Amino acid sequence: MAYALQQLINGVTLGMIYGLIAVGYTMVYGIIGMINFAHGDVFMVGSFLSLIALLGLAALGITSVPLALALTLIFAAGIAALYGWTIERVAYRPLRGSFRLAPLISAIGMSITLQNFVQVSQGARVKPIEAIIPGGIQIMDQGGFAVRLSWMQIAIVVITMSILGIFTWLVTKTPLGRTMRACEQDLKMASLLGIDTDRTISLTFVIGAALAAVAGFMFLLYYGVIDFYIGFIAGVKAFTAAVLGGIGSLPGAVLGGLLIGLIEVFWSAYFSVEYKDVAAFAILIVVLIFMPTGILGRAEVEKV
Amino acid sequence: MTALRDAFLSALVALGLFAPLVGLVTTSGEHGLYLELRPIATAVVVGLVFLGRLIVLSRRSRGRAASLAAKPALAERISKAGKYVTPLLLIAAVALPFTGSRYYIDLGTLVLTYIMLGWGLNIVVGLAGLLDLGYVAFYAVGAYSFALLATNFGLGFWTCLPLAGIFAAFAGVMLGFPVLRLRGDYLAIVTLAFGEIIRVVLINWVSLTNGPNGITGIPRPTLFGLALSMDGGPGTIAGFFNVEPAVIQRIIFLYYVILGLALLTNWVSLRLRRMPLGRAWEALREDEVACRSLGINVRNTKLTAFGIGAIFGGFAGAFFATRQAFISPESFTFIESATVLAIVVLGGLGSQLGVALAAIVMVGGLETLRDFLSFLGDQMNSPLFSGIASELPLYRMLIFGLALVVMMVLRPRGLVSGRTPSVALHKVKDIAPDLVAQGRG
Repeated sequence: MAYALQQLINGVTLGMIYGLIAVGYTMVYGIIGMINFAHGDVFMVGSFLSLIALLGLAALGITSVPLALALTLIFAAGIAALYGWTIERVAYRPLRGSFRLAPLISAIGMSITLQNFVQVSQGARVKPIEAIIPGGIQIMDQGGFAVRLSWMQIAIVVITMSILGIFTWLVTKTPLGRTMRACEQDLKMASLLGIDTDRTISLTFVIGAALAAVAGFMFLLYYGVIDFYIGFIAGVKAFTAAVLGGIGSLPGAVLGGLLIGLIEVFWSAYFSVEYKDVAAFAILIVVLIFMPTGILGRAEVEKV
Repeated sequence: MTALRDAFLSALVALGLFAPLVGLVTTSGEHGLYLELRPIATAVVVGLVFLGRLIVLSRRSRGRAASLAAKPALAERISKAGKYVTPLLLIAAVALPFTGSRYYIDLGTLVLTYIMLGWGLNIVVGLAGLLDLGYVAFYAVGAYSFALLATNFGLGFWTCLPLAGIFAAFAGVMLGFPVLRLRGDYLAIVTLAFGEIIRVVLINWVSLTNGPNGITGIPRPTLFGLALSMDGGPGTIAGFFNVEPAVIQRIIFLYYVILGLALLTNWVSLRLRRMPLGRAWEALREDEVACRSLGINVRNTKLTAFGIGAIFGGFAGAFFATRQAFISPESFTFIESATVLAIVVLGGLGSQLGVALAAIVMVGGLETLRDFLSFLGDQMNSPLFSGIASELPLYRMLIFGLALVVMMVLRPRGLVSGRTPSVALHKVKDIAPDLVAQGRG
């Protein structure tokens, strides 16, 4: 019981991170119908940016933890947003309206580029940092097994929830969100009605990249160690989460992320750590076979 | 003037992008990580972006009208020249070992392996239009089934080759079954997941595959029972032909094996394209709904595409295992799938010649780049470049990724865009209205 509760806590924390990345996938897929393959690597870049910001702030002598967290978050999200904008502008926009495979190959190329760019510029070694918020609280003790909820986990969940809250407000209440939803429903019609679709798509990439950077920051805080290769596996799992929740659906992405996080943690705890990636991928395949629209997705009507 | 302003803005964006990641390097010191400043490198990168943007803009404003007229001409010229290029390439491929240079034969073997993989994947992606991002899984299945059969049961290469193909085809059908209903990008992500599952299993099933350490001592192929061995005894190739045994003989022999296998792949796919099955693949690529309504069995058509594509992947894998004499899961990462897919897409999806040209450009280019970069690294002995010289070979994959993006942006349809069906009605016939009357068709 205590063991399961601990896994639940860990799974929710991990699921939050996957959910944040999955939102970026699902938004882009919803609007332009492509898998932004480089999104996982934007997450990795965001993670590195957070590391650099934390080290820079430490070098400047800023010791207040909340201030450091806030500044890092803004810095990483801002620069990652610039990365998202540039990637869309350079690699995807020239290929809009081109045939289906071209943007995908371009995205794979972008993913390889980002990975190797970070490897070349920051080195191939893993980057460890000390825990920024040490300690935690003990919830229960059962037969010598203590269930711990660390401050870090609380911080991750709180930050993620507030970022998602802001994001939900952005999508549902602002004019920008309205144009985004319009573009998602029908890109051509939206452009006929005077919506600047290019700008909306750019902003979608910007927001998605910023969310991925927040996820990268949380990943750095949670695991305390990153390298240039974390983007690939995290990206595929987050895409799995987006598909599981129903691609195109924003709450679905978060829900899917939580499920994938929980499945991965419970699988590692009760079956085998080695095959945890297999579990996530196997679930992707099973979901697509039996529930191709995902949990909260709409069925795609095929017009001939 | 606007060009200058535009270039300046690009440089500003580049500064935002590269100042944190290039300018501030996380370096491990005594007390954990610290940041190391690298202003010169940042300035160089930003300057390059500025100049590059300026050059692109000036070229664009000058050559817009000219390039528009030239573009379709190039694709047409390549496909027209195909008649002459194909035999030339074939002669060059057969004649390559006569150069006697070990370097070129090794490079040729590598390029031919990718050409074969490209042609195999072309059946799935180019003909049937099923986007497969996990093709490396079949390559791995082929390599491992040959390696395991050879090391555990002492079977030879030629016995195992068809078995490796069968196992790979089985894996292909196994993957094909669940994904029958999926299309497009969903299919891509599932095949990607399948490739990763195979790799994770190979790493973790230590009792069978020896895990990350891989399998060593995989035997070389024989020539009609004659072994490739250095001792020159009666049962070996060197002994039979009464020549001095040398390493180059093995390399040349392996080169001709892969050349034969690649040509077999080409021949089979060319024949298949003319068969009803191949035509069904091409129809499926164009419109699945139309196929279904015309009574084509979509399920079997897709499964055969996966299966036959996988067979050639398995063959190539078995060859890879016998050439390297050592395999480990590291050789079967996603980057291989991406490379092969890029070759197929760049080759123009469906064009046999295009795939061969794309493989030569990409794999040959990548290897040449490797040599060039290490050569460049050796030349830069001056202290000014001390930091970058040892890292230069790492830039290879960075340049590869950028090249993929640039090639897609410039030529999204590939080098040779051959989407014309293999079998087409060549003459357009006018049918008089009285013939179309009822009962006549």
